Amino acid sequence: MKEEEVKELVMELSFAVGISGSEESATAAASRHLERYVTRVWRDRLGNLIAFKEGDKPGEEPFSLALVAHIDEIGAMVTKIEEGGALRFTGVGGIDPRILPGQPVEVHGRTLLKGVVGAKAPHLLSEKERREASKFEDLFIDIGLTKEQAEKQVRIGDLVSFDAPPLAMTAGKNIAGKSLDDRAGVAALVICAAELAAARHRANIYFVASVQEEVGLRGATTAAYGLVPDLAVAIDVTHGEAPGLTPPDVFELGGGPAIAVGPNFHPALTARLEELARDNRFSIQREADTGVPGTDAWVIQVSREGIPAALLSIPLRYMHTTVEMLSLDDLINTGRLLAAFARSLDRPFVEGLACF
Amino acid sequence: MLLEKLSNLPGVSGNEKAVREAIIEQLQGHALEWQTDTLGNLLVRKKGSGSGSRRVMLAAHMDEVGLMVTSIEKSGHLKFRPVGGIDSRVLVSKRVRVGDDRIPGVIGSKAIHLQKPEERLKPFELDQLYIDIGARNKDEAEKHVQIGTYVSFDTACTPFGDGCLRGKAFDDRAGCAVLLELLLEKGGPAFDAAFTVQEEVGLRGARVASYTLQPQYALAVEATAAADTPDTEKERSATMLGSGPAISFMDRSIIVNREIFKGLIEAGEKAKIPFQFRRFTGGGTDAGAIALSREGVKAGVVAVPCRYIHSPCSVLKKSDLQHTVSLVRAWLEATA
Repeated sequence: MKEEEVKELVMELSFAVGISGSEESATAAASRHLERYVTRVWRDRLGNLIAFKEGDKPGEEPFSLALVAHIDEIGAMVTKIEEGGALRFTGVGGIDPRILPGQPVEVHGRTLLKGVVGAKAPHLLSEKERREASKFEDLFIDIGLTKEQAEKQVRIGDLVSFDAPPLAMTAGKNIAGKSLDDRAGVAALVICAAELAAARHRANIYFVASVQEEVGLRGATTAAYGLVPDLAVAIDVTHGEAPGLTPPDVFELGGGPAIAVGPNFHPALTARLEELARDNRFSIQREADTGVPGTDAWVIQVSREGIPAALLSIPLRYMHTTVEMLSLDDLINTGRLLAAFARSLDRPFVEGLACF
Repeated sequence: MLLEKLSNLPGVSGNEKAVREAIIEQLQGHALEWQTDTLGNLLVRKKGSGSGSRRVMLAAHMDEVGLMVTSIEKSGHLKFRPVGGIDSRVLVSKRVRVGDDRIPGVIGSKAIHLQKPEERLKPFELDQLYIDIGARNKDEAEKHVQIGTYVSFDTACTPFGDGCLRGKAFDDRAGCAVLLELLLEKGGPAFDAAFTVQEEVGLRGARVASYTLQPQYALAVEATAAADTPDTEKERSATMLGSGPAISFMDRSIIVNREIFKGLIEAGEKAKIPFQFRRFTGGGTDAGAIALSREGVKAGVVAVPCRYIHSPCSVLKKSDLQHTVSLVRAWLEATA
């Protein structure tokens, strides 16, 4: 895919809404792109999107590769309608309440309602309150309706998403917006599928847009069990460099995807990814992951009798905010590296993964 | 809608050019006279249809609170300081427009995953926040910005709820919209309109505008805080959305002239226009500077109630804006 197409793709995916547990509209957007390059597309019972492309395997026993990126995003949920019509809410996934005051949002009620997160006016705060971070219970959503009007439109449990259309930065080649964690990974799946459209590869490939990652790696759990791939690569985001942060916590934007090493990852897969990056001159970074259950790779590795897993992470600044920022170069390199990896696989390599 | 257009323009104190130009564009072809002064105030004279023996001035400020770049880091990130009063807690995870070319920027924060539990309990301090325009380094950033570049919030004005608007800079584009509507309508009494600069940094434009125009009566048309929200007792709400324009009796900068205060109430009651009193005496307005101009001017304030002012996203009700136009018109007719 050309850079301009990738830019449009990732912005479209960022704009789509898919809060954990209600991913359908984001999944539909991903499906529209993936189905151009695959044989078959379906959803499993939890809502994972699976796009299947058969490999070219003259005379070989088939084997399969799963490429997994999560489609869900963090958001909020309505818990109460207050007397004046304002809505109380709680977070879905890990949200820092301090990013919320003054944030434009959309409430997915009977109709789509625009709103803004409000907080107590600064001039009414005590000195003590000024020194404290915003908490969910101090915040509310203003939808410009009275309680009676709000009750006709909104119910407890209705979802709230950020109203934060993506931005293409003028300086550099970066994109900023909400839910790039992990629509960036989903975009990398599409880039990979496009690269493989006219290429030969022996592996059967499952492109998986997994659900409910942000609330506990749940979609990947059932997808890995259901598809039984011989090996898998999760594509997620990792922290991008920003002021006040230093390595090893953060990775350079534009420095390429981070390849994770550690107990969660099969050393042969990590080595193959690094070798291919070197051969193809894709810049990469190396991320030491000591075993923190952070990505879909965590649950995939221990599915059924065990699935060799790897993790490619796209550096992302300001994770879990409405202004997450990535470099288009990193995204494109991730997709291309995945495609090179898929093409490189053969039966002997896959069989060798169980031989330590 | 005029307010929508004006709200979307950048006009941080000292850099009101885009707003001034948009207002001048509206003035064209309406038999109005206008001039600008050395600070950038836009002064407009409406001759009107009445006999008009008194010189009356309406003032609304064009400027808004915003940010200014103070240094450029090696990494290409921009350090900044607020222009006007901004609670730095509303800046986190927001979009901004940088410089006259309005290039996109964001204010990010350290991801929640990387924060220690005790860090999460404190608000982000200004020193922890940076504007990110996507530049890879200082050199690239310097192609787009320099020290002193102005930065404004980037929230598109959007209708929502029951006749509400969500957007930036309603303080005081709402006042500008009221003045424009009165200037552009046919007939009505004669008055001078001062679209002032630099209100947010100390009522500076109004001071010279008032000196130039020498009004006998003046009314600042403002947007003022409404805290009619959860967790705030009704008596501390200052103003309420949907209850009409707020008439001030006093703020930090002025004790309102009683003749004007009473005149506004009488005008509202006579024309059956809903209004409320601003039940809060903090905050300054252009009226304070105008009142002390030359040998003194009788001055007052009327304001559109507005939630979350001085934040990237404030909220007002369109009916309050319309009632403000009606109340100011009724007061003008009785006063001019």
